[in-house]
Formats: sequence, structure tokens, C-alpha cells
Amino acid sequence: MDYQAVIGLEVHAHLKTRTKAFCGCPTEFGAPANSQVCPVCLGFPGSLPVLNKAALDFAVKVALALNCTVQEFTKLDRKNYFYPDLPKNYQISQYDLPLSRNGFLDIFTGKTRKRIGITRVHLEEDAGKLIHQESVSLVDFNRSGIPLLEIVSEPDINSPQEAYAYLTALKSILEYLEVSDCDMEKGSLRCDANISVRKAGEKTLGTKAELKNMNSFKAVRDALDYEILRQSEEVASGNAVVQETRLWDAGKQKTLPMRAKEEAKDYRYFPEPDLPPFIIRAEAIEEVRKGIPEMPREKISRFMSDFGISEYDATILTSRKEDALFAEECIKEYPEKDKKTVTNWLIGPLLSEANNRNCALPGLRITAKRLLGLISLVERQEISGLSAKTVLTEMIDSGREAGEIIKEKGLSQVSDSASLESVADEVIRENVKSVADFKQGKESALMFLVGQAMKKSRGKANPKVIQEVLKRRLADA
Amino acid sequence: MNLNTSTLTAHELIEKLDGREITLEEVLSGLRERINKIDPQVKAYVRRNEPQAAVNPAAAGPLKGIPVTVKDNICTEGLNTECCSHILEGFRPPYDATVIRKLKSAGATILGLKANMDEFAFGSSTENSYFGPTHNPWRLDCVPGGSSGGSAAAVAADEAVFALGSDTGGSIRQPAAFCGVVGMKPTYGRVSRYGLIAFASSLDQIGPITKDVEDCSLLLGVISGHDPLDSTSVDAPVPDYGKSLDRDIKGLKIAIPKEYFVEGMEAQVKEALEEAVSELKKLGATVKEISLPHTKYAVPVYYIVATAEASSNLARFDGVQYGLRIKSENLIEMYKKTRGEGFGQEAKRRVILGTFALSHGYYEAYYLNALKVRTLIKRDFDGAFKEFDCIVTPTSPSAAFKIGEKVEDPLKMYLSDIYTISANLAGIPAISVPCGFTGDNLPVGLQILARPFDEGTLLKAAFAYEQATVWHKMKPKV
Amino acid sequence: MPITKDTVEYVAHLARIDLQAKELEKLSRQLEEIVIFIDRFKELDLKGVSAASHILPIHNVLREDAPRPGLCAEKALQCAPQKEGNFFAVPKVIE
Repeated sequence: MDYQAVIGLEVHAHLKTRTKAFCGCPTEFGAPANSQVCPVCLGFPGSLPVLNKAALDFAVKVALALNCTVQEFTKLDRKNYFYPDLPKNYQISQYDLPLSRNGFLDIFTGKTRKRIGITRVHLEEDAGKLIHQESVSLVDFNRSGIPLLEIVSEPDINSPQEAYAYLTALKSILEYLEVSDCDMEKGSLRCDANISVRKAGEKTLGTKAELKNMNSFKAVRDALDYEILRQSEEVASGNAVVQETRLWDAGKQKTLPMRAKEEAKDYRYFPEPDLPPFIIRAEAIEEVRKGIPEMPREKISRFMSDFGISEYDATILTSRKEDALFAEECIKEYPEKDKKTVTNWLIGPLLSEANNRNCALPGLRITAKRLLGLISLVERQEISGLSAKTVLTEMIDSGREAGEIIKEKGLSQVSDSASLESVADEVIRENVKSVADFKQGKESALMFLVGQAMKKSRGKANPKVIQEVLKRRLADA
Repeated sequence: MNLNTSTLTAHELIEKLDGREITLEEVLSGLRERINKIDPQVKAYVRRNEPQAAVNPAAAGPLKGIPVTVKDNICTEGLNTECCSHILEGFRPPYDATVIRKLKSAGATILGLKANMDEFAFGSSTENSYFGPTHNPWRLDCVPGGSSGGSAAAVAADEAVFALGSDTGGSIRQPAAFCGVVGMKPTYGRVSRYGLIAFASSLDQIGPITKDVEDCSLLLGVISGHDPLDSTSVDAPVPDYGKSLDRDIKGLKIAIPKEYFVEGMEAQVKEALEEAVSELKKLGATVKEISLPHTKYAVPVYYIVATAEASSNLARFDGVQYGLRIKSENLIEMYKKTRGEGFGQEAKRRVILGTFALSHGYYEAYYLNALKVRTLIKRDFDGAFKEFDCIVTPTSPSAAFKIGEKVEDPLKMYLSDIYTISANLAGIPAISVPCGFTGDNLPVGLQILARPFDEGTLLKAAFAYEQATVWHKMKPKV
Repeated sequence: MPITKDTVEYVAHLARIDLQAKELEKLSRQLEEIVIFIDRFKELDLKGVSAASHILPIHNVLREDAPRPGLCAEKALQCAPQKEGNFFAVPKVIE
């Protein structure tokens, strides 16, 4: 029996304003406990909130970038519940008149594009942080009051891969707008998931579980994978799925029900009397809209039409704004009409170097001009592709130019067939079996022999030339 | 000089300090003596054993170092501020309320003792204080009113020069009336609430309790004005209130709402009001009866809106960061025990009522509908002020009642706020001035209400009336 | 709809207030009386009436994104009933 997963994601993202949502305390991560606090974010008696203008502006920006309708009249509400990280025992949030509703986000999973609905984007404040010890829990309020966006998706997501693509696309938008650090490890981006399964073709929704405690996009994917399996097995064996909150245990690679007793949720929302409402007029919205830079989706389309690259490649290159800017410069400067070569360089060696070094492409400190220089050396067959990768790594490590490195390491490509003949002969001598295979018509044996010759020349041989030489000598042999 | 400074008003003290007839030290020691002598009977102050005056280095401002008495729910840096509740035991705010900052920079001395009050301002008699009740200086077996009963009794008994109270449903005006002093609730948004420990955020205002109208205008002028720390504080210019004190109310259009004369008003209160009205007419005002048709819904609406907000505002008192904590191995137990023991009966009643009004299944019927009726009540006033400059009513349907008389009947207690609550619901300013005495020698108060931000008219009318009568000169014999 | 003892018990739990049996009894009685009194506004027709969630005609009160001095940890924790280092401490929270 096939099961379909129905997934909705609830993302919370810190806005990187200088100060907190309702007071002038700094928002920097990693300060000593309770050192970035004041009466307001500690919820001390008598203190009152005043909304940070930047937080509202950022929120409107995100809402627009997610194609939401920004509401003309919006207000903040109190969500009442007791928890020791919540200093007032209510959270300033939004209830029935959120900042914005009805948006969407297009995702691309490698094969197909899909539109995921955004139910609402609203503004709220973060709580403090709890550290659990043997017999007590410790509370640090540095995080209390940091502005938070809650972004709720429709249950339009049907697989862990789509969830992953949704989060990547969302993160990309928030980074493009420069409104959030989106660092799940630091807790500046958090994601909860609602998931249920149903038999393929069924219309009614199954009972959902709420998943929490996932600390990376990968954890979200893994938790959803696990949960689909778990729920499908439950349904298949005729058991009912229990509506509950489950926590992802990364060590056990399992979701487990919460230990605390879950109570019926009765948050007693009501309008925050300390904050008069907000009227966001059409002109103000247009003003914000004007300030929104090109978004990833637009960039993908433009890369595809302007540079003729595939959607898959464009999606990878635009996922991070800094990558996209660097890639665009390289692609533009690349003289050939077909951009495949430079795109492959960027997606292949460049991004892998960047990932190894945990930085974006500009962080490699290699200019577009130098990169294109290196590519042209390969194209002119002055060095082999293999050597070029060694040169690239060296360029990044040392900051030196390609020519210098090639000279020093003697990596110039050998295209002179005469000097390659001895290499070819050696290879033929040492690989009797492959030679025999080739002679019996096995083409792949030739590629193996080319590889061996490349190895012998320490990558310096021009692969095309050595192939021809090998063919010639094999015919003679 | 052997002048009894404690009977003087602030404006009289300023004059004498300016003329070097007295020194600030004499004022402070005179007050200290008076408190030591009288307060064991009146009990207007809490923590009487603590140092009495927090000396203010900026004593040079217009207030000349004159001491001001502060209600126990207004934050004073480094001085206990406990809302007369067990749950806030030992709480010393690390900051000053905006009104305290303003008073200090105007040269006031903040009295180290705080004025008694009903716990969290929940009450109309000051009997709900964790520290025990305050007694009415006019009759010690009577309540001083509440919740700012300590502030009003202190001013009436000359244990304070002037004082700050807070008013959510009448908590300044009703005790001012019961104690025979002047009390004003300013327009919502006129005075910053930053540092006032919230009871009901959409209703609370800090205001002056003084010996006469001139002091009221003086204190109001100091504490008013926009505060960037309070989003509900309005950015409107503060007029020179002293200019309102010109005794000229010729042509002032006064309305009397007929609905205020139906439910349970004492005959002597009615008489006092009628005399006051004829006095106002004599001074040149025109007086007409009007209807405020939604008056009878004010108390029900208030007890939903105020308790709903309070239930949320008081959630923070949980034993985590400050105040009382009843030890427990388990977090929920700790919350419940701390709040069960830390809150008094009235606080529990109101928090539970407010939680109920917001809870699932009751929100629409109670909280939401109460907000709608609040709109209707405000519209009543908007309509009246299109035609009239002010509205005149008694401050309370009765004079001070006996200590213990209403404690066991909360609903009866709630109804003693019947005339004052509407001003908070509508956000308009209102003042209470003394307008006579009952046969038991208990003061009666006249309430005047005006348009939003028109405190000037209130002061003008109140001053003209006060200067034409003798009530403000009467002193209790304690 | 008068408020029942069960409702009071539920609401007291929501509000995290421990009530003794006698207290619950008495409070339920008093609250019932109060709620019946409050119910008088149900006689009004409130169709089309807007809810006065904010009484002031002001909106868009915002502050600039500029830092203001706050409290040092020592001051923040000065009234704490239990602390460990610079942290507030509470009985262990079970998730």
C-alpha cells in the first residue's frame, strides 16, 4: 500500500535588527547569560513595550517577498501561557489580524517546480533560553524579546525532499533580504512540522503529529522520513495515529513523544493593550516593495534566459545571494556563448571548495578574472583539467596567480605527441590484459589506458593527444 | 520659626521656601514627626520602620525638594515596590517609573515610605492590602476608600504634602472623596504608565492626590507629557495648568447625567451634590440634565475588561525572577503554590474571573462583547461633549463605609465604583473635589468629567468651585 | 451562563493558582453571583458595534532601532529567589 505524506511547516526566524523587538537591548548571539537584558525584556513589573520600527519594516519585506497580502490594519496580541523562559508568562504575538496572509513560495526539487502556499507571516517576540541540568533548569533572557517572524505554510508539502527544498528556498529569500542570519545551530532559524499520512488517493487527512526539536534542515528531512515510516506502519497495522507532539532525537534518529503531559491549549489571546494598532497604508507597502532586491526565483529565471543555463544549475547557483553575485560576474565575463563550462566550474570545484571551507564563493577570495584565466588555460589546453583543480586549490590557499603556480609546479600540459609516446608504450607494456581487451573490441579498455597514462604523466598529459597516441601505438603493437 | 509645616499645601511651602520663611529640613522633619505621631492610627504608609525620605540631589528644581508620597505600585529605584502584595515581597525595582524621574528632575524628594493600597489596586477600601487596612482620618473605624487609600489618607491627615495614586476604575477619585481631598485621574495617555505596575493596561492612569486644586494642577503639570517608553502615552503638548486657575466659569456648560441618580445613592450625597450644582450655577455655569444611556453596563463591562487584562498582567508573578517563591520540586507546583499563597482573596478572585473571561468558549460572550459595550459607553460621552464642557456627578454613591462592612460581599464593593468607572472606560479625565459632609462628619466628593486632554477645564471648574466653598479647609481631628 | 465549580477549577489551573477546597467553594459561589450580574450586558444588541480594544485614536507608535542601556546581570538577578551564576534557576523543566 502506498502512503502519501501531508506536511505543513512552521518556521520561526530571528530578524537581525540591532536591538530587540520591544526594547533597546542588543541582539548579538553568544553574550554572557543575562547580560543583554533590561526591565522590558525581563518582563519586570511596570515595564512597557515599544515596537522597533526596523522589525516591522523587515517583517513587511519578508511578507511581500513571500507574495503575501499585507493587511492594512494589524495589531499585536498576547498569547498567555506559563513557561519559565517566558518572563511575562505571555508572549507578544499576533492572532486574528496578522501582518500578512495568503502568500506562496515556489520550490524546485531537481525535477519539478511546485508552489507551496504560505498561510501567514506574522511578527512576535522570542522567549529566553533554558538550560536543563540535573535538578534545576537555568534561564538566560538574552534571547527574550528578539523579534521573530512566524512563517506558516499550507499543508502543501508531500515529501521530506520538498520540505528540504522549501526550507532552502525560504532561507535563501531571508538571506537575500538581509533580514535574518538563518542559522539553525544558533537558533536564529527554527522549524516545526505538522505531518500526517493517508493512503494514496484518499481525500480526508490523517491524524497529524507535531514534530519539534530539529536542529538542521537535514534533521527536518530525517525526522519527516522517520515519521512517514512510523505513521504508515501504524496505519498499515490498523492502529490509530495519536495526535501529539513528538521530539526528534538526533542521536537515536527517532521521533519520541514528549515526556511532559500535554494540556489542552487555551492561550487566551487578546489584543495587547500596551501597543496601539498599526495601519500600513498602500503607499508605505509600495515604498517597502521598492526596496526589495531581486529575489532568488527572479534570478533563476534570469540566469536561465540570459545565460541559457538549466533550472537545476541556476537554482544551485542562486541559493546563496553571495554565490549568485559571484557566479553572475563570472558567467557574464566568460567570453563563450555556451556557458556550460563556466557553470560547471562554479557548481563543481568552486562550490565544493567553498563547502569545504564553510564559506560562500566570494569567501574563497579568488576574483572572477583569475578564475576565468584559469579556465581559459584549460581551454587552450595549456594545462589539463585535472591539474587545473590542483592549481585552483593552490590559488585559494595562497592567493597567488595561476601562471605562477603552474610554472613552479611544472604543471604545463604536454601536448607534444613525440614526448608522450614513451609514456604510451610504458602503459601498453604494463597493462597486457587491457590491451587484449581493447583488441577484442572493448572500447572502455581504452579509457582505462588513457587514465593510466594521465596518472603516469602526473596529470600533465593532454588527454586528447594521449588518446590518439595510444590508439596509434596500440594499432602498431 | 515654629510653624506647623505639615498642614501646608505644596504651593504654600514653595512660597515659604522661596521667601526663606522656612527651610527644607524643617519641612522634612515636620513631616517625619507628623507621620510618627499619626500613622500608627491611620496606617497610611507601609514599612514604617524604614528610612523615611530618599534625599533628592536635584532639590533645586521648581518643587524645591518638597517630599511626595508615592503609592506602592509605582516603581522607585532601590525602594521596595510591592503593590502591597505578599507575592512581590522584597521587590526593589532596578529603575524609576517615568513619573518618578520627572518628579526628581523637578526637584521633588521621593518619600522612602510607600503609601498603602489594595493589593495590586484591587479594591475600593484599602482593606485588601497584605499589610492590613488604612483607616480613614475622619473616622478611624471607616475605610479611606481605595485603592489609593494610603495616598488619600496621608494627604488628608497631613502625613503627606501631596501624593501620587493610580486610578483604574476610581482608585484615585473615590478615596479622595472619602478622605475629603482632591484627586484627579488624567486622560488615558496624558501621564506615562512606564513604571506603574499594571492592573489593567487600557484603564490605568497615574494621577495626583492633593490638599487643594492648585496643588493638583502643580503636580499634574510635572508628571504629564509624552514618554517614548510608553506606546500609549500621547504626544500632545502639556498646557500650563496654572493658567486654568482663574475662577471664571461664566458660560461653562455643565451636564448632569440622570442615570447616576437611580441606583443606591445616599440621600446626604444627593443633597451635597445638589448644593454643589447650585453653587456652580451661582458662579455662572449653565447646568442641564442629559442621558448617558449605557451607564448601567459600566460596572459589568469594567469587571470583564479590567480583570481580563489583570489576569495577564499578573501572570508574571510566578516566583521565577523576583518576589515570593514557595519551594517545590516541580515547576507547576511551584507556580501554583507561589500564586496560591502569594495572592490575596481579591487578587485570586479577579485573576480567575479575568482568566475565565478570556478562556476558550467564553471569550466572545464576555471579553469581546464587553469591548463592544465599551464602545457604546464611549459614544455616550462623545455625544455629551459635543454640547457640554463638563459632566458633574457625585464621586461615590455613599460616603466612607465601615471597615469590614463590604469585604465579604465583593459585588457590593464593586458597585461602590459605579460613578467613577465610566471615565476609565471612556479614557476621559475626571477630578474629585470635596463638596460637603454627611451627618457622620464624613466627606463627600463632587466628580467633574471633561473631554479627553481637557484637564484644563476640569481644573478651572474645580478651582472656581473650591474657592467659592470652605470644604477644602476642613481638617480631620486625628 | 453561570460559572460552575468545575469551570472555576479549570480556570484556576490555567491561571496557575492553588485553591484550597473551601476557597474553591467560596470563590465559585461569589463568581457565580458576579457573572450573573455581568450577564446583564447580554440584553444589548451588539451587532455591528466595533470592539474598543484600544481606546486611544493613535496608531503606528514605533521606536528607532537604536540601543539603550539595559541592566547588568547582577542587577537583573538581584531579587532572584534562586540563581546559579548569572542564571535564574527553577525546578527542572521536563519536556
